[in-house]
Amino acid sequence: MNLDQYKPRTVYVTYIATSPEKVWHAITTGDVTKQFFFGRRVEIELQPGGAFRFWQPDGTLDVEGKVVVCDAPRQLAVTWRVMCHEEMRKLPDCLVTYQIDDLGKVVRLTMTEAHQIELPEKMLEGGRRGWPVILNNLKTLLETGSPLPPFDFMSDAKPALDEMKETARKLTSDT
Amino acid sequence: MSTSPKFVYVTLIATTPEKLWKALTDADFTSQYFFGTRLESDWGVGSRYVFRTPDCITNEGTILRAEPPRFLSYTFHHISDEEMRKEPPSRVTFEIESLVDGSDLSGPVVRLTVTHEDFPPESKVFPAISKGWPSILSGLKTLLETGKPLDVQKKAIRA
Repeated sequence: MNLDQYKPRTVYVTYIATSPEKVWHAITTGDVTKQFFFGRRVEIELQPGGAFRFWQPDGTLDVEGKVVVCDAPRQLAVTWRVMCHEEMRKLPDCLVTYQIDDLGKVVRLTMTEAHQIELPEKMLEGGRRGWPVILNNLKTLLETGSPLPPFDFMSDAKPALDEMKETARKLTSDT
Repeated sequence: MSTSPKFVYVTLIATTPEKLWKALTDADFTSQYFFGTRLESDWGVGSRYVFRTPDCITNEGTILRAEPPRFLSYTFHHISDEEMRKEPPSRVTFEIESLVDGSDLSGPVVRLTVTHEDFPPESKVFPAISKGWPSILSGLKTLLETGKPLDVQKKAIRA
């Protein structure tokens, strides 16, 4: 699979006092992702070409894709299609990569969201709001044993989400 | 459309706005997460500040806006590197928002948004701060949440 077609648009770097193995376990285990990833459980077949899904707490399919790179505990890359919003299902999938660097007592985790098509900034807003919440919860979970206290993310993010749906509708109706 | 790059980093920390403000402006505190750097100023608008390491002053600038515990902005001039010293100052802004006030048992959460902008094209400071801020702010979060510093070496983040 040629990955050059995916251009990085959002990058988030965090340093965590843990081991690469613990980060790898956290991002590939449903019982752990539900604690830091907006309550969602990951289901992943850990080999290139393997199926990858995120499930919402009520059992709705959230995200669907395939494993592209599976190099435990250093790099995981998956294609990513948002399934929970009808407007976004028709968009070309994006590529999400987790790079895990061992710095001794600390791990550097770099998340990169890359896209196949030119997307307006508005369409990137969801990831730019969501990834810091997810990855800060992951860091707190790994360093303290519990995620951050919960807060109402959606009331704040809803106008941006509505705009994303509208933009996605326009993008996909042209094609 | 401007070609000037802009760095934005959002982090969520289990603390109060007041504690985060102190962590950003108290030299004894900054030295624990900012590669040993003391951020020294009276933090009044128009005042000078310096980043002081045991060896030298690495940065200096002017406080542009200071509204504790919500908003802090200062000019950013790196002076300890000859090449970077030639660049005009950029501008960094810290915005602190309370997400959970902590009045219930779950404890407080704040969102800190750091925006660093006004770089010249081909800036040498921009790639340096793009690597520096994530490690500094990760260390700040760990220190406020666990009481322990994060053991990140300055040379490791450049790799």
